[in-house]
Amino acid sequence: MSSSTTSPASSTVALPKTGITVPVAARKLMLLVALTAVAAPLAAARWGSGSWPEALTVSLKGPLTTANNWIIDNRDSHWVFLYFFGHISNAIISAVRGVYVVLLALGWAGVTAGASLLAWRLAGVRAAVTALASFAVCGALGMWVPTMRTLALMIVAVAASVAVGALLGLAAGLSDRTFRVLRPVLDTMQALPAFAYLLPVVLVFGIGVAPAVLATVVYAAPPMARLTALGLRGTDKGVLEAVDSLGATARQRLLTARLPMARRELLLGVNQSIMMALSMAVIASVIGADGLGDRVYQALSTVDVGAALTAGIPIVLLAIVLDRTTSGRGPRLWAGVPQAGGTPGRRLGEGGHNRPRSRTRTATTWAVAAAAVVALGRLAGTSWPDGWTVAIAAPVNHAKDWMVDHLYSGIPGIGGSADWAAHYTGWILDPLRNGLQALPWWGTIVIVAALAWLIGTWRTTLTAVLSLAAIGVLGRWDPAMDTLSQVLAAVAVTLVLGFAVAVAAARSPRVDRLLRPVLDVFQTMPQFVYLIPVVALFGVGRAPAAAAAVVYALPAVVRIVSQGLRRVNPGALESARSLGATGGQQLRQVQFPLARPELLLAVNQAVVLVLSVVIIGALVGGGALGYEVVFGLAQGDLATGLVAGTAIACLGLMLDRVTQPVKAKAKEA
Amino acid sequence: MARRKLITTVAVTGLLAAAATGCGAADMTKQASPYANAAGAKTVTLSVQSWVGARANAAVAQYLLEHQLGYRVDTVQVDEVPAWDALSQGRVDAILEDWGHPDQEKRYVHDKKTVTDAGPLGVTGHIGWWVPKYFADAHPDVLDWKNLNKYAAQLHTPESGGKGQLLDGSPSYVTNDKALVSNLKLDYQVVFAGSEAAQITQIKQFAKDKKPFLSYWYEPQWLFNEVPLVEVRLPEHTQACDDKGTKDPSTVDCAYPTTPLKKFLNTGFADKGGKAARFLEKFHWTKADQNEVSQMIAEDKLSADEAAKRWVQRHPDEWKAWMP
Repeated sequence: MSSSTTSPASSTVALPKTGITVPVAARKLMLLVALTAVAAPLAAARWGSGSWPEALTVSLKGPLTTANNWIIDNRDSHWVFLYFFGHISNAIISAVRGVYVVLLALGWAGVTAGASLLAWRLAGVRAAVTALASFAVCGALGMWVPTMRTLALMIVAVAASVAVGALLGLAAGLSDRTFRVLRPVLDTMQALPAFAYLLPVVLVFGIGVAPAVLATVVYAAPPMARLTALGLRGTDKGVLEAVDSLGATARQRLLTARLPMARRELLLGVNQSIMMALSMAVIASVIGADGLGDRVYQALSTVDVGAALTAGIPIVLLAIVLDRTTSGRGPRLWAGVPQAGGTPGRRLGEGGHNRPRSRTRTATTWAVAAAAVVALGRLAGTSWPDGWTVAIAAPVNHAKDWMVDHLYSGIPGIGGSADWAAHYTGWILDPLRNGLQALPWWGTIVIVAALAWLIGTWRTTLTAVLSLAAIGVLGRWDPAMDTLSQVLAAVAVTLVLGFAVAVAAARSPRVDRLLRPVLDVFQTMPQFVYLIPVVALFGVGRAPAAAAAVVYALPAVVRIVSQGLRRVNPGALESARSLGATGGQQLRQVQFPLARPELLLAVNQAVVLVLSVVIIGALVGGGALGYEVVFGLAQGDLATGLVAGTAIACLGLMLDRVTQPVKAKAKEA
Repeated sequence: MARRKLITTVAVTGLLAAAATGCGAADMTKQASPYANAAGAKTVTLSVQSWVGARANAAVAQYLLEHQLGYRVDTVQVDEVPAWDALSQGRVDAILEDWGHPDQEKRYVHDKKTVTDAGPLGVTGHIGWWVPKYFADAHPDVLDWKNLNKYAAQLHTPESGGKGQLLDGSPSYVTNDKALVSNLKLDYQVVFAGSEAAQITQIKQFAKDKKPFLSYWYEPQWLFNEVPLVEVRLPEHTQACDDKGTKDPSTVDCAYPTTPLKKFLNTGFADKGGKAARFLEKFHWTKADQNEVSQMIAEDKLSADEAAKRWVQRHPDEWKAWMP
């Protein structure tokens, strides 16, 4: 769900005029070439031209191991832990436990009925039915208790991230200076893969629910913060002046004008926080989060697809229910994708202003409903009845075995999924990896600099180059190049597929209509569940990780590109057509050039999303940096894990900055 | 309204948390899982590691605890080393199969006394390097480590980068393989399959094509019944080598020890865990028993619960002795 890197504002960027870009690009390139010509021979002579030079690395292993040991030995005695971290951990555990006990006390009937009522109130009948059916399926799969654990953890984590995010957002929304400081930080945090957040909390808190909740909060708060800030800052100046002229105090101005007018962003922020929290709560099973994620994790480590699916389905259902319920009655908001026309935050009429009429009645109804829910829960019992469960693991595994026997290899003509996986690994990934690792280190840096500068500004270039250098300094150059090769290959596949589908969708309204609900569902699913089907299809290794990454990133790319293509001025298209351009010519010469900002944005999103999944692909044999994080966690060797986690963050930063044109321009505008 | 509700929720949660916390010291190493003992159920949390043998132990223990002693059992997947930390903190109550972690044992059992030794599991574990029988029959001298370099070229794969491949499984297992390869000057590359399941898949694929391979592997393991493997002799295991390895793992240059697998309980749980703790202390079975359950889980694809049920029905005498 980390797809929310772009702000709604970014769609307002003016098109770069091609006539100006070319000479600028040439000048930039010439400057770089000159720099390289001077610096590269020097660097090569001094440090050699292979992988990142040994002399320029700093090993953090020693100090980090010492720190880790010190923390473990002093966790039960030092005051920092007893009086500070201990209380944080305790508060989280008490809160999760409180929510969990309430959920258990409500019982399966109570929770199901309560969730349906809530969904009905917030989002209408369809959402209520979805909620009802989803919870019933969770119970029927025998996953009731794990679902409640994930839900309990989620409720606490979301409450905390919304609170933290709203506070930060408020600060950034009201003060320009805070905004300037906070915005790049928040942007960066959203571009980082979830895995990078796990290690630091484990270092301090060990394995368990408390660190899992903390990692989730850190991961899920940024979208709330940045949307709150954007909402507050986007308030209509005219309205503000009107409020001022009425003599409102700053407080009144905030409460009566700015906050209500930012309602749409606030709700979107809550929705995004929830979706990201779910995504993280599931991944955090690697650090002991328990619940549904843990079941998937256990099943993945034994490649038990049936069991993984049994736990994966409730995760998907939970995601759909949460998304449908919290995106409310308003128009469907697509996480992370800039809205096509229209300015956000102008739909006040639907807001809370025209409701007081029915408030008393609502309150009574709610009291009655709540009482009924509790009574129902007490009557029906705590846990889902054993007799009402359906074991799907065995049939799924039979189906999978059948697939292994029949689809894996040897299908005449097209081979089989295992053959594809082998070809993808052998013909694409291996040469790419070997190429990247064989490239002299300064060459890689020059290429990254050139790309970043061509697409963005000197600022993004500097960040990209420094991040890349940091990876080298940390001594993770080779594994990072391995990860990079996986990312590049998967991004290429994603873009080819995504552009093809998007062109089809932009041309045919029917394809578009068919695609929409599919994209909706795919975009709400946590990254983790994509690992399940790919293991069944492609076995274990780098190919399944790539497949999961492609499937995860595809919806965002399709959506952004097809919106971009559809927004192209019909007049321009019409005139091209009247000049006798064929469909392909229209596409190449009119639509693609005019939709350039969207296409670049799609590339940026693809890179960020693919990276996040390639990293967790380590759980299915993806290797490289993600594997080192898993290894660090598994062996209790946090030094290795932390260094790899930092390298992942740097890689994420580098990739984001290299492909980040739109925001840089938006800032200048 | 939604916002106000939200703020109220946050405030209430915060207040509750503050009230529950109090103002004194909060020792996070004594905070159990928030899910333990909820709604009046007596809960035991078992740490399950990813290999099938460990699942077999946990499955049978869970079945008996739930059906004979009336507990609710949670299993959590924690890897070997973090499991010690979790055990010490009381986030899990028991580890049923530990393959020997002397430094962790020293830290938690002897120094901090937060973990208690609960006796042997009854199974003896042995780690080593193994080659398939068909390969050993064709080339008997591969069974001595000194000749391994001769075969490096035959054992080369795309992942091993021009050297011979030594296939390792899960990153979480006890392994000195990287140190062994470098200290014995072997022309091999350690390649981690990522998980035991991935390793088994690869071994089966190699065996199907009768390709040679060299793999980190261990006993007891059900896979031996399917793919016969022969162990490669590494330099003999000595106490001196062991001591050296405890100090600095990168200096190990001898074979893995034969380890009697042990059980460990959280000290608080051992003292106050009642029947469950007594039962887990008495839990003791043989390699054959464990393999029977493992094979049902891994090969016959039974659910762990079903496999445990069948074993329990077949061997009543054995488990009745464990009852407190």
